[in-house]
Amino acid sequence: MIKFLFKGLLHDKSRSLLPVIVVSIGVFLTVVLYCWLNGIMGEGIVMSANFTTGHVKVMTRAYAKDASQMPNDLAILDVTKLSLELKTNYPEMDWVKRIRFGALIDFPDSNGETRAQGPVTGWSVDLYSPASKEKNRLNIEQSIVSGKIPTKPGEALITNDFAVKFKINIGDKFTLLGTTMDGSMALKNFIVSGTVSFGVLALDRGAIIIDISDAQSALSMNDAASEILGFFADGQINHDKASNIVKNFNAKYAISKDEYAPQMLTLKEQEGMAELVGYVDAMGSIMVFIFVLAMSVVLWNAGLIGSLRRYNEFGVRLALGENKSHIYLTLIYEGILIGLVGSFVGTVLGLTASFIMQNVGLNIGGMMQGSTLMMPKVVRAIVTPTAYYIGLIPGLFAMVLGSALAGIGIYKRNTAQLFKELEV
Amino acid sequence: MRKIILLLFATLIMNFGFRQNNSIMEKVDKNMSSKNRIIEATMTINGKRNSRTITCKAWSEGTKKSFTEYLSPASEKGTKMLKLEKQLWIYSPSTDRTIEISGNMVRQSVMGSDMSYEDMMDDRKMTELYTEKMLGKEIVDGRNTIVVQLTAKVEDIAYFSQKMWVDEERFVPLKQELYAKSGQLLKRLEYKDVRNVQGRWFPYIFMYKDVLKDGKGTEFKMTNILFDQTIPTFMFTKAALKQ
Repeated sequence: MIKFLFKGLLHDKSRSLLPVIVVSIGVFLTVVLYCWLNGIMGEGIVMSANFTTGHVKVMTRAYAKDASQMPNDLAILDVTKLSLELKTNYPEMDWVKRIRFGALIDFPDSNGETRAQGPVTGWSVDLYSPASKEKNRLNIEQSIVSGKIPTKPGEALITNDFAVKFKINIGDKFTLLGTTMDGSMALKNFIVSGTVSFGVLALDRGAIIIDISDAQSALSMNDAASEILGFFADGQINHDKASNIVKNFNAKYAISKDEYAPQMLTLKEQEGMAELVGYVDAMGSIMVFIFVLAMSVVLWNAGLIGSLRRYNEFGVRLALGENKSHIYLTLIYEGILIGLVGSFVGTVLGLTASFIMQNVGLNIGGMMQGSTLMMPKVVRAIVTPTAYYIGLIPGLFAMVLGSALAGIGIYKRNTAQLFKELEV
Repeated sequence: MRKIILLLFATLIMNFGFRQNNSIMEKVDKNMSSKNRIIEATMTINGKRNSRTITCKAWSEGTKKSFTEYLSPASEKGTKMLKLEKQLWIYSPSTDRTIEISGNMVRQSVMGSDMSYEDMMDDRKMTELYTEKMLGKEIVDGRNTIVVQLTAKVEDIAYFSQKMWVDEERFVPLKQELYAKSGQLLKRLEYKDVRNVQGRWFPYIFMYKDVLKDGKGTEFKMTNILFDQTIPTFMFTKAALKQ
């Protein structure tokens, strides 16, 4: 029967072409938007995790209350001991110490007077340990524009935009003016070893990257760190596992009232991330639902028109003794076939467009001037395995629903009237 | 005629009262400032998590010039600051750089204390900055004080209003509260151990508390004060920072 129905659809393009086109367009849009959204939001989340939140993060309770202000006077003390404890108890994660800070960097002229000065955000990570994954995590090697990554104390990377703005060259000396953990002014000299561009406006505007030992020395943070980030070994964010680790860790300090006791937070629990993650999770479903709804309405309409045109055909079939339910079922099967064809065409087109967007991307830097969002300047779609079948949901469902709604009219046909109708 | 005499009399009284109030701040200014002075002091910063003590020596000439050298602990030793009029420079021996503190940096705290660089920089006399109003009298630390309300009469000022408890006899402030324009209390100062030094009364202990910061405040304790000494002119130059 399926073969028969398929042949029927092929021969009678008037009842298959429009629905196939509608389904293809709907599926195409679903696939492209799904990949696009995954790219923008997904990349935003991954970037935030790598730079700021980790998959989990440990801070003192006092620091956590104002984490966005980077209050290093409330940093974790005895951080080596805590890091060891985390590595022992939770070996499935990679634990890294970080110090973040705000500072000014001051470039002298030949007389030692200020030649250029500007504000920067400081990122200090483990750059020197051979086993450290921080360089990969922050994508430093791929982001180098000129020079090289620091290899010894006193070297620093600065963002390329900043270097261009203030006419800074590789090998230039500068003085970092920050605030020590005690609150007094921190001054330390560095040499520019290289420049980077992360492709994220919020970072590229002004950032400095140094090894964590340099930051501890400059900011008088001996055996201290702003935060300890935890990353799952496979690099994939597992929210459920993270929640379990957090619950287990925090339970050990539940009794303590010390405001400097360590506190662990999941990615979602950190500022603004819950909404972002929930939004990304929900958007896929919302999009599918919207397209199913919209396409169903269109296909229902197309089905109604088709049914009107096939009024005689149904009448003949009923008069010949075919069951109403059987006719209805054939309509549903036709819907499934059209849905499959349309979904296939739409998915192929959608994936093609998504692959192009994945490679080429779209530069939205101009729209993000002044933004502090951790979003790349060039946004790309990401084709995931889900994209290969997500189109089927609206494609099939909408077509079947539309056919089902349109076919209800069959049940209203009065067989006693059939021969009279057929005279028309 | 009678009305004119009354009006003249009232004006005289008001002028006399105004001059008398104004003379409180003039006397305070006169007492607290000098041609020059050399001060050795310790600054104990009682932070949120710990306390630390810094020693320093400061030379100042009037209110426009001052040179401060930090003597201990080792991490601060050799750090110097120079203030000339409205400009402030800091020299750090570890970087061998002299950097001007300007812009938002002036709001940073000095050595992590409750005092900001902005507090250090305002060198104008109280009488130039504020109008005053006598609120009454109180007893502070066993001393009779006149309570004076000061309201800014200039725009570029860190603290829009102040309340000051001035020792009635010695014209030394014993307590001060500094307020923002909104009325928010920003800083609280207490002055203790007032001694007579070379004919003027001067508090040997300042307690400085930034109300918006956690911690117990900063205590400045003078170990030695000398007024009206000979200070070489070279001391107030940028070259002196690197000496």
